[in-house]
Amino acid sequence: MRSVLLSITAIALALFIGALILWASGASPLLAYWALLKGAFGDAQALQRTLEKATPLVFSGLAVAFAFKASLFNIGTQGQLLLGAIIAAAVGFGVSGLPPYIHAPLALLAGAAAGAAFAAIAGVLKVYTGAHEVITTIMLNYIAINLTDYLADGPWKDRSPMNIVARTPAILDSARLPTWGPIPSGFVIAVLLAGVIYWILWKTTFGFEIRTVGQNRHAARYAGISVAKVMIATMVISGLLAGLGGAVETQGVVGRYQPGFNVGLGFEGITIALLAKTHPFGVVPAALLVGAMKAGSSQMQFTADVAKEIIDVIQALMLFFISAEFLLRRLLGLKEEAGEEKLVLSTGWGSGD
Amino acid sequence: MTTPWRTFLRQNWTRILGAIGLVVFVSFAYAHNPRITEAVLASSLRQSIPLILGALCGLIGERSGIINIGIEGQMLMAAFISFLVNVKTGSLILATLAGMLTGALMGFALAFMSVTLRIDQIIGGTVLNMIAFGLTGYFYQVGLVTKGKFTPIPIPLLSEIPVIGPVFFQNPPLTYIALLLIFVVQFFLYHTRWGLRTRAVGEHPRAADTLGINVYWVRYMNVTMAGSLAGLAGAYLTLEAVGSFERMMTNGQGFVALAVMIFGKWNPITAWGAALLFGFAIALQTQLQFMGVRQIPHQFIGMLPYLLTIIVLAGVGGRTRPPAAVGQPYVKEG
Repeated sequence: MRSVLLSITAIALALFIGALILWASGASPLLAYWALLKGAFGDAQALQRTLEKATPLVFSGLAVAFAFKASLFNIGTQGQLLLGAIIAAAVGFGVSGLPPYIHAPLALLAGAAAGAAFAAIAGVLKVYTGAHEVITTIMLNYIAINLTDYLADGPWKDRSPMNIVARTPAILDSARLPTWGPIPSGFVIAVLLAGVIYWILWKTTFGFEIRTVGQNRHAARYAGISVAKVMIATMVISGLLAGLGGAVETQGVVGRYQPGFNVGLGFEGITIALLAKTHPFGVVPAALLVGAMKAGSSQMQFTADVAKEIIDVIQALMLFFISAEFLLRRLLGLKEEAGEEKLVLSTGWGSGD
Repeated sequence: MTTPWRTFLRQNWTRILGAIGLVVFVSFAYAHNPRITEAVLASSLRQSIPLILGALCGLIGERSGIINIGIEGQMLMAAFISFLVNVKTGSLILATLAGMLTGALMGFALAFMSVTLRIDQIIGGTVLNMIAFGLTGYFYQVGLVTKGKFTPIPIPLLSEIPVIGPVFFQNPPLTYIALLLIFVVQFFLYHTRWGLRTRAVGEHPRAADTLGINVYWVRYMNVTMAGSLAGLAGAYLTLEAVGSFERMMTNGQGFVALAVMIFGKWNPITAWGAALLFGFAIALQTQLQFMGVRQIPHQFIGMLPYLLTIIVLAGVGGRTRPPAAVGQPYVKEG
């Protein structure tokens, strides 16, 4: 319960400082935040937009949180998401003659596999060469941006006469994911997956191994756990989640692959995972919060004349405050609880363990 | 052959082979087409400047035990502030100083987060990056232009030397300053009391503390001062290399700088070699695009520096050993 209080305090402080920045730059914070709220939840259409924006964020939040459990830092969710999105699109427009109940899941699986394979590169390099996953995943992000841009502007480009931009053809109807009222089915998949991840982490032996590796690698090795195998498997599942997020974005929202639909470098996943205190169930509300901010930002720009990028600043502030537990606890007069799981990240660059 | 030499050769044979190969390649290229070769070499040096400055920033911090993954953000923010100051005042020197100050302030923020608040250092750096992406995006206005740009100052006599002259001695001022700083940092790290303290704090903070060195102070000072170098890199980008500011203009160079630092084994002069190699890769990429090589799609050429970073990190050229206490917050006893 206390960790929820910490998260809420962090969010409130970030919004407060965000308001100060808005005020200092001559905008009205109240008007801006009101417009943001209206743009995110004002009507059914706004709500759908929020859920659509939140969906890939649940996936990338889960991906980052899952890797954190093994004390791995996957900053590459963006790249894994992009690859998942374009591979799902390729299966979506390239394979025909399948009924929807086969075609749609097939495209989802292909996207997930692409994300998993891409993340596996970082996992394997980490285990066998000691290359730190923070830098390799960031570099893989840039490589993914180039690779998807090449595919969408080259071999898989939409050749219809009206098209001049880099994008793939639209996927077939049989690969599309439905939207029920304002609720995209992708969001439902995301929430269900949060449950699956919870189950894996706390109800299976594999999950226990992951958490042991995350808490203390040496103890894990001493207990007979294959640390290398667990770390690679964790990266693969993390990438699978991100890749699936990309596939859902393609099949449920965009309907094709188009570069730039989700710019940024995947830092959102980190903010969300930490706001959730790396707990899968916390990821869903945290992703909804960030998704709402993204969904409402256009309305804010329109009504209050405030540049969208203020959202990024507020997110950075959230990340800062949620990480500054030391500061928050002092502010709230909270003591550390016994038996709390602490976040341990891999420090140093060179060492494989 | 004496033993230290042998150790050096054994540890660095891939680097040495690479360097020899590069020299041979460049000589052949020069014999074939001197003008383009000179242009590519000069461009390699230009491309290596933000990388070496970023790497210096990273290694000063890491030598005292602080990982700085926020160099990208420091560069971007500094590039933006230099740009604004130049637009407002018209002064290039003031703009450069403002950029350095910005980098230093962000370094101070990182030190505050990792030393005082004991936030995980990688998350602290990520906060810096996100703040920089957000703030530069928020305050960016289309249509502003810089007033002037640093121009080359050829150094008399030296600039007349074939190949070396046009590459090293016909550059704008910030390039000279950056080159000088490599040796300044080298001197500080290995030949001053401050450098000795820095290295002690990075290897064994507890022992340094026992000897009366203020670990927190050393880390604060190092990360803040080093930040001004990342700031200079940002100023270089807007005031010397490009002449304007664009969103996300650092384009990952702050992260590549970390690979340069690691490949350079946390040593300024070796890191310069690594920076030149990366600079060469980027220069070659631009040259290939410029010559319109059609067989290779430009996106694949664009991947080169990032691929190179991964290859370097995967330990081609031997494993490297980071400072022992890097990444760990230090908690004073008692």
